[in-house]
Amino acid sequence: MLETLMLSRIQFAANISFHILFPTITIALSWFLFYFKLRFDQTGDPVWMRAYRFWVKIFALTFAIGVVTGITMSFQFGTNWPKFMETVGNIAGPLLGYEVLTAFFLEAGFLGIMLFGMNRVSARIHTLSTLIVAFGTSLSSFWILALNSWMQTPQGHEMRDGVAYPVDWFAIIFNPSFPYKLSHMLVASGLTAAFLVAGISAYRLLKGDDKKAPKLTLKIALTVAAILAPTQIFLGDMHGLNTLEHQPQKIAAMEGIWHTEKGAPLLLFALPDEEQKTNHFEIAIPKMASFILTHDLDGEIKGLNEFEGNHPPVAPVFFAFRIMVGLGMLMLAIAWLSRFILWRKNQLSPWLLKTLVVMSFSGWIATLAGWYVTEIGRQPWLVTGILTVKDAATDIAPENVGITLTLYLVLYVVIMVAYLHTIFTMAGRAIEIEEISIDEQVKPVINTSKNTVEG
Amino acid sequence: MFEEYTLAIIFVSLMGFSILLYAVLDGFDLGVGILLPLDQTDNADTMIASIGPFWDANETWLVLAIGLLLIAFPAAHSYIFKELYLPTAILLISLVLRGVAFDFRAKAAFSHKPTWNRVFKGGSLVASLSQGYMLGMYVMGFESTLAAYSFSLLSAFGVAAAYSYIGACWLIMKTEGELQIQAVAWAQKTALVCFIGVISVSLVNPLINPNVYDKWFSLPNAFIILPLPFICFALFIFSFIQLKQLPKVNDKGCWRPFVAAVVIFTLCFFGLAFSFFPYIVPNKLTIWETASAPESLNFVLWGTIIVVPVIFSYTAFSYRVFWGKVRELRYH
Ligand code: HDD
Ligand code: HEM
Ligand code: HEM
Repeated sequence: MLETLMLSRIQFAANISFHILFPTITIALSWFLFYFKLRFDQTGDPVWMRAYRFWVKIFALTFAIGVVTGITMSFQFGTNWPKFMETVGNIAGPLLGYEVLTAFFLEAGFLGIMLFGMNRVSARIHTLSTLIVAFGTSLSSFWILALNSWMQTPQGHEMRDGVAYPVDWFAIIFNPSFPYKLSHMLVASGLTAAFLVAGISAYRLLKGDDKKAPKLTLKIALTVAAILAPTQIFLGDMHGLNTLEHQPQKIAAMEGIWHTEKGAPLLLFALPDEEQKTNHFEIAIPKMASFILTHDLDGEIKGLNEFEGNHPPVAPVFFAFRIMVGLGMLMLAIAWLSRFILWRKNQLSPWLLKTLVVMSFSGWIATLAGWYVTEIGRQPWLVTGILTVKDAATDIAPENVGITLTLYLVLYVVIMVAYLHTIFTMAGRAIEIEEISIDEQVKPVINTSKNTVEG
Repeated sequence: MFEEYTLAIIFVSLMGFSILLYAVLDGFDLGVGILLPLDQTDNADTMIASIGPFWDANETWLVLAIGLLLIAFPAAHSYIFKELYLPTAILLISLVLRGVAFDFRAKAAFSHKPTWNRVFKGGSLVASLSQGYMLGMYVMGFESTLAAYSFSLLSAFGVAAAYSYIGACWLIMKTEGELQIQAVAWAQKTALVCFIGVISVSLVNPLINPNVYDKWFSLPNAFIILPLPFICFALFIFSFIQLKQLPKVNDKGCWRPFVAAVVIFTLCFFGLAFSFFPYIVPNKLTIWETASAPESLNFVLWGTIIVVPVIFSYTAFSYRVFWGKVRELRYH
């Protein structure tokens, strides 16, 4: 039983972690694409179409992986967490249902037109389809985060015979952590896509691609990153304050505070020790944690000692939090520096371009780290105060879970390698495509050319 | 507001409806995948172009069907997928491989294209086989007997054949020239396999399942259910005759085999659904025993009533945009 529980947890964590990588890109990349297409319609400048065509291919690939890994998720709730649906299904079900009905069909329905319909519908309908796809991806985050945040801070329900029944849907959806989670996640997606666009554009420039499109996309992506990076830090801070109110044990684990104290220091680094309930090798800024969380240098912060036996494992939450915040700060520094230099000199030095290439997928790491803080920080609860992870587990034979877990892991490695390889191949190949292809010289709005080249 | 009794019926109908739509829609694109030739001809590109704009939306009906099972009958969802744990995993993995191969084949380095074509074909085939196997196990009430396993294996091949059949009919409708002639040949072969499959399931199902037997052969049910196999039979004959004559001048009637296939799928589906209703797990759990709380179902139902017509209208719009014979796909 215990083995099944562990394996189920690993399998669930592996599947959702792999899934979220792709939505994180597509949610915001679709808005970038909408912007490119809109600018093209307004100006008729072919460079926008170049940008659109390059990025829509990467979008299509990412989206496809997002869809198929998502389908895996919808089978998992019943198989690996039967008790989850039995206990909170009356609330989780409708939220998932609305996601499928309103968001998934919308995205999938217009995706075909967005990807393949450009010379079958008018320019306006095509741009509208791009907008609808973008809207659909954001809407899908709305519903799934409503569910996830309800699991963190449940309200609007009542318990009868151990089963949750909905009482007030508005309260359920707009539960206390929802606004913070939704905005923090959408901005995380924006940052991830911005660094991806900047990194791949930088890669093309480094490879000697001297066309206008990569320069343009680099500039746009850096502008977006420079705006979103500080926004994200601000939102993260608000998120933390809200968590302090509703899940103080999570904050105590994030900050590595073992005993309630006044004027708690901000730990830049430490090695939390679960056995001795203390930290080793602390590097700290005195009183800073109290200041950030209570806006008072001597404010009191509850320590883990107040939540004996009811708090998450400290080390993973503690480190994941530092990885996320560290990357957030690094993103801010790099985005501002590059944008400033681009503004002054109109070009970036090779080492800055290389740094941007290295940062291409930094958003993924920060996003995963963030989710690990949130999800591990909720342990031992699956739904705070209602259901523990242990009670929700399945009774499938451990060998079976073992087999499927192995299969999934192999699959994910293969897809990941192919994905990264393909993206950089596409970026390399873009160099050979000429600046303006023939059909782009036709006036954009009456684009009627017949194409036979494959994308 | 509806009461519990009606809600369960409404939701099981909605779910059945999405399963049927899924079987038809993803059926034809899985079928096209199964039929994909592995030589490096343009035909493969044309075939894939014929499903390119649709496959994602088609697969969403599976998400909805599974979603409705999870939302409305959570206990049945856990029961069924615990029983079918491994086949489900195989289904999912093959759907993932097929979905990504679709995109990788067009974008990866040219030298990798044959590999991705193979993955696409293999993924489509394994996905269809596992769906058929799951259907077989479901019909047999998840027994671990030799009879159940054999039946499920047969069912696996039956479903793969049925998908290839509707896929071939789709190609007849969407393509022209040499590929269309090839598709007619595929359709003839696979139709024959389906024909035998449908007849054997109609015979086996009532024989092994006493409940089903009672249902099929008691009045007044018999009046509704017994004609189904005969209409199916007639439709198959009609398709065979049509296929013999295709392609015609001006491509007249190229859509007939596809429409006949859709009707056959629908009739078979009704036959099965009728056999098991009101059980959602055959002979074990009824829809009423597993339904969620009425306040939740009502909340979803209102949304469904508003949203589903909208989904239909934009799906219809998308099919209209890509109406007619396939053109080469290109990302724009
Ligand atoms: C913040 C966003 C987010 C999060 C936390 C999740 N997803 Fe997701 N999901 C999306 C954002 C998204 C998306 C942007 O809407 C996707 C990604 C690419 C795509 O095609 O749609 C998607 C696709 C997607 C699909 C395929 C949809 C289709 O057929 O079009 C399914 C079934 C799921 N997801 C299910 C889940 C489940 C059960 C999750 C939680 C346990 C989950 N997703 C977490
Ligand atoms: C999308 C990004 C997400 C990531 C990366 C993520 C990651 C994780 C991880 C790492 C765990 C394991 C924690 C542990 O066992 O210690 C977990 C648990 C869990 N999460 Fe998430 N999660 C995400 C979103 C969601 C959402 C949106 C839901 C529900 C709607 C959800 C539901 C669950 C459930 C049911 C568990 C319990 C199983 C477990 O503890 O292993 N997660 N998640
Ligand atoms: C630099 C300052 C940042 C701060 C102070 C911050 C703060 C937080 C906090 C407190 C949480 C956990 C909330 C909870 O579950 O109670 C969180 C979660 C998360 N963070 Fe951050 N964060 C920062 C940067 C980033 C960056 C740069 C990204 C990604 C690009 C990111 C992505 C996420 C995600 C995806 C989650 C999980 C979802 C959620 O709870 O919203 N964060 N963040």
